[in-house]
This record gives sequence, C-alpha cells and structure tokens, in this order.
Amino acid sequence: MFDRRSLIAALALGAIVITSPGHAQDKSIVVASTTSTQDSGLFEYLLPLFKKKTGITVKVVAQGTGQALDTGRRGDADVVWVHAKSAELKFLAEGQGVKRYPVMYNDFVLIGPKTDPAGIKGMKDVAKAFQTIKAKQASFISRGDRSGTNIAELKLWKDAGIDIDKDKGPWYKAIGQGMGAALNTAGASNAYVLSDRGTWIHFKNKGDLQILVEGDKRMFNQYGVMLVNPAKHPNVKKDLGQEFIDYLISPEGQKDIANYKINGEQLFYPNANDPSA
Amino acid sequence: MKMRALATDLPLMFVDVAIVAGEVTILEGISLTIVPGAPTVLIGPNGSGKTTLLRAAMGLIPATRGGITWGGRQFSPPDHRAILFQRPVMLRRSAAGNVRYALAMAGVPREERAQRAADLLADVGLQGLERRPARRLSGGEQQRLALARALARHPALLFLDEPTASLDPAATKAIEDIVRAISARGVKVVMSTHDLGQAKRIGGDVVLLHRGRLIESGPAFEFFGNPRTEDARKFVAGELLV
Amino acid sequence: MTGDGSALHMVLTGDPALVAIVKLSLIVSISAVLLAAVIGVPVGAFIALTPFPGREGAIVALNAMMGLPPVVVGLAVFLTLSRSGPLGSWGLLFTPQAMIIAQTILVAPIIAALTRQTIEDLWVEYREELAAMNVGPARRVATLVWDARFSLVTAFLAGWGRAAAEVGAIIIVGGNIEGFTRTMTTAIALETSKGDLPLAIGLGMVLISIVILINALAWGARRAGERYAG
Repeated sequence: MFDRRSLIAALALGAIVITSPGHAQDKSIVVASTTSTQDSGLFEYLLPLFKKKTGITVKVVAQGTGQALDTGRRGDADVVWVHAKSAELKFLAEGQGVKRYPVMYNDFVLIGPKTDPAGIKGMKDVAKAFQTIKAKQASFISRGDRSGTNIAELKLWKDAGIDIDKDKGPWYKAIGQGMGAALNTAGASNAYVLSDRGTWIHFKNKGDLQILVEGDKRMFNQYGVMLVNPAKHPNVKKDLGQEFIDYLISPEGQKDIANYKINGEQLFYPNANDPSA
Repeated sequence: MKMRALATDLPLMFVDVAIVAGEVTILEGISLTIVPGAPTVLIGPNGSGKTTLLRAAMGLIPATRGGITWGGRQFSPPDHRAILFQRPVMLRRSAAGNVRYALAMAGVPREERAQRAADLLADVGLQGLERRPARRLSGGEQQRLALARALARHPALLFLDEPTASLDPAATKAIEDIVRAISARGVKVVMSTHDLGQAKRIGGDVVLLHRGRLIESGPAFEFFGNPRTEDARKFVAGELLV
Repeated sequence: MTGDGSALHMVLTGDPALVAIVKLSLIVSISAVLLAAVIGVPVGAFIALTPFPGREGAIVALNAMMGLPPVVVGLAVFLTLSRSGPLGSWGLLFTPQAMIIAQTILVAPIIAALTRQTIEDLWVEYREELAAMNVGPARRVATLVWDARFSLVTAFLAGWGRAAAEVGAIIIVGGNIEGFTRTMTTAIALETSKGDLPLAIGLGMVLISIVILINALAWGARRAGERYAG
C-alpha cells in the first residue's frame, strides 16, 4: 500500500518538474501589458520576430493598464507596456520604473449601433458626441477597469464638461472587464462604447456595431514602455528587459510595428522618436 | 507455523462479572468456568446477554465489575482464540481474499497463505468459490466463509454467536457438521443459540442465561433430563421465559 | 492562435497550438489531483478513524472547504506567490506550478472530505470484524483504504472534474500567458472576450468531451467496484 502511495507522489512531483519553468526559463522576460494590445493581435505577430532575432521568449501577462502597472509595482514583471501616460508618469515618479520610452500610438474610435439612437454619426467633435449621448440618455458601456482605454474615456467626459461620476444614470454601464467583453456587451445591448482601433479591427463579433466618430485629436492613444526598477526589485531581468525595449524603439522594431496589418489596414503608428509623445 | 499451544486461554473463568453499558446492566453476577472438552452451548431467550458474554470471553469488552481470566491471566492477547459474529461482515474481496486476509493478520507468511486458504475453504465446503466476491455469496456460504476466517487463526478456543440463526435447515446442518468436526480436532467451541434442538445436538455443557443472569449450567444430559431451577424447567419444556 | 471560421477546423484536425493547450490543461489538472490525493487521503482517513477533541468541527470545516470559491483561492495564492509576497523568492507566479498549487488547494478538501466519509462508513461496517481478527491501527488504515479503493477513485475523479472545469483561480495565478499558462478554460475566456466565438466553442467542445470522459470513468469505477468487490 505504501508503495502505491509513493508511486503517486513520485508521479506528481515528476509532473511538477516537467512543467517547471527551469526548462525554458533561460532567456525569458515577463511583460505586463494591456488586454487591448493583446486583443489587437500585435503580440502574436511581434514577439516571434523578437525571439527569432534575440532568442528571448517574451511572456505577456495581459491585464488592464492599472493592473499591469500594479504588477510592475509588485515586481512580478520585468517590463510594463501600457497606454496611459499620466499613470505611467506616476509610476516613474514613484521610482517604480527606470525610464519611459514612447513606442507607438493608435487611436480610439467611438463605436455604436447602426441605428445610432443618439444621432452622433459623423460628428467631428468627440466631446460634443459625448454630450449628445448623455443628453439623449443613450446606452453607453464603460470598461470601468482602470485600463488605458477607461482612463481615456473618463478624460473625454471631462473634456465634454460632464462630471460622469455625479451625472451618470442607468444608461451608463461600467462592466469592469476588457475591451473584447465591452464590445460584446455593447453589441448585445445596442449601446455606445469607446474602443481602441486595434481591438476593433481584430474583433470578430461586430454584429450591428460600427465606427460612428473618429479622427478627433483627443482620441489619440499613446503607448509607452518602461523597465521595472531593478533597484526596487532585484529579481528584474534588466539586461533582457532593456534588450526588448531597445528593440521596440529601434528602427527595425518600429518598422515591424508599422508592418502589422489586419485586412491590409495598419493598426499602430510608431513614434519612438517623438520626444513629446 | 504456529504450534497450537494447547489451551493456554483455558480454563477461562468469569468471577462475579457484571457488564454495564450506560444505565443498562447487560450481565450481572456471572460466574462461569470454561474448560477444554466438548462444546459449551449458551442458551437463553433473545436479550439474555449471550452475545455480550461471548464478546467478553473473546476479550472485546471489559468487565465493569468482577474479573475475567484466561488460563489464570488477566490479560491475554487474542492470538489463539477467534469469534464468529451472528451477522458476519464480508470484506470487499473474494472468498479466498477474505481468508488470506485473516491468515495475514494471524501472522501466516505470504508464501503459505494461498494453499492454506484453499484448504480452509475446502474444510468448510466452499471449494470452487475461491474467486467469487465474498459479498455475493449466499447467507449460508457467508457464514461458512466467516467460519473459515475464524479457523484461519488456528484457534484453540472458538466462539460462535448464533451461527445458524438465519439459515435454512440444510445450511444449518452443514454448519453443525463443521462445528462437530472442529470440536473433534480438539478446538474448544463455545456457541450460543436460542434453538433448544441445536443445544441438544451440539452440547457437551449447557449454560442458561436469562435477563443477564446465569440461571443454571451443567452437562447437557443433566440439564435437559433433570433441570434444577424453575426457569430451566420452563425453558426445557418450551415455555417462554419473560 | 488567431483563427476565423477555420477555428473549428483547427479543433478537428489537431492544430499544434490547440494540442499544447489541451496538454497543459491535462498536466495541470491531473498533477493537482495527484497532489491533492497525497494530501487528502491521509487527512481524510485520519479524521475518520481518530477520536480527537474538535473532531466534529474538523468534519464541518472540511465539508465547508469543498465550496471554497476558486477566485478567492486564486487571489490568496497570487498574493502569496507574488514577488512582494511571502513566497515571492520562489518565483512561481505566472507559471504552471502556481496553477497546480492553486488547484491542489481547491481539490484537496474535496478528496479529504469524500475520503473521510467513505472510510468512516466502511469503518463502522468493518470495526468488529477487524477487532475480531486483531488488526492493529496501521494495518487497519491500509485495509480500509484498499477496500474502499473504488469509492476513492470516484472521489479522485470528482476532484479532477472540478480542476478541469475551473478557470477563476488559474487565470489569476497563471496570467493566461500564451504557450505557457494558457489552458482550455482560460483560452475559452480569452477567445470569448475577443469575440472569436467559433474557436471558443471548439475549445468548449473538447473540454466537455473530457468532462464526459471523466464522468464515464467514474461510472466505470463504480461498476467495477460492484463487480469485483460486491
């Protein structure tokens, strides 16, 4: 009987050893990034190129921007790559990051049902569109998850002169989930939602939804990348992490980013050489 | 192989034994001596304490008052005695598996167990049923298998608690034949029954219990031919003792 | 794992990325069950057979732990294994090991509680006979566990079913990293939120097949138990 028990224990330990990261761990880093970036499909395209060039495996943990930065704060990632400049600067100010490098931008688009109950289609001023949505009490889905997209959405309400926390009603639904989930919910409830263009193009369940407002320069979405501070978290793989960052801002990396297309459409616009980004 | 140490548990003596469980007195004032020889039969109505007395004699229940001694000793490991309960429980194994288990617990070396199990099953008339799951044997077969398990302990002293109570006459005869054969081999058998006929067929000595007290005991021919006490006379005459 | 309508096709033809996901799901869930058994069977047997003060409370607690919410377990393991947590130096967060640990915590109470119930019931049945055969405490445990083996296998399969279907704990501690900690359940969650429903459905079909298989095995174990042990 005890032979049987030890055999099972040995099998279990064996399973743990086999799945141990020690096997593939040699050259890898953990990057905390956002679900929108993952949902756009960029990683599946870009990371194999990076691995081929350097042999480094990049493991992406995709969360909301707020969560991704917190992962960096806890030292559970080597690099953070998000799209909310104010939150990134705060991260730097806390001493959690080494340096912020702008990488690329895409834009947000205001998505809504074909029927457009608020009548905002084609508006050039996104703040006016938001005001109209609130005035008509049209259904609006917010991600409500401290993501970069969420932060951008909240800023647009502010630009429209609306204190959304005070003035929201049952028409405003915060779901606390990622971009894909928000689009699914908007499609299912004929509602408006702010999305990044990358996720929208990649999204497979569009149904009756379409882009209603785009192009306003306030809908510009900037991505930044930072190395988690090894002074605060000694386990950070700073050399491999910096190699990843260097690739992203290098001419080659920037070209790779620009070459990522879906249905012939470019998703991200590299701007690492823009110091104000 | 363990030599059967001839009757080291005998004489088995109860000296003014009482057994109390909570508020209920099950046995009171029991003084009794069990010696080697012909089977001792415990008789009495249901609830008279026969089962408890057998268990105490086996060493499974301590006396609340008074003393039980085995061969003069107050404590005796159960190496040379065995008990067969009224409703024996079969282990979830084959018939032979049950017997092999009993042999293993009795310290028989692994190499010998298969053969001894086969022999024991043959002794109780279950040859050919070695591989049958024990729980799927008939009532009579399970009783015989439990007997084989008890015999696997190579006991000098064997307790049987109403072994044929739920069996048909054919199965009853089979068990009685085996008991007589065992007794003839020198094993001391102590058996309880509420069947007068069985007591007459088996008994060397008879012990009558009623309401936890020992009413009368003695050789069978004396007990049945010339009962001394009122209760014994009534019982032998087939009357209900209440 | 980008797919379109051909996602279903991927499922049916054994696409290597899909195979990797299924393989990881099986490794994580089966490892968790084995570890949970190594922990749960002795604990369950001990509680079943040993009188100790507070035993009744221990049984209630064990049964209650069968209902541990997976996300809560996931959160607790996450905070423990995070670099800034007490066991951070082990570097286990976002690895399959972390997923195995979380699922072991979820499954062990199930196995322990079912073992406790099974062994206790069997002990009540066997108690006198084992006493009559002079069986000592160590042999007693071995006998009960062996005779109860078919019921225990059913308990293991119940634990495996729980682990295979779970997503809340492993997505938190594993991070759903492509190629490393993405299992069937976490992949379904991801593909659904990306709107890639055909792929999610395909994965769902594979997962349901596995769950059906687990239940068929459990049924088979019960039947074998009846046949061989009666």
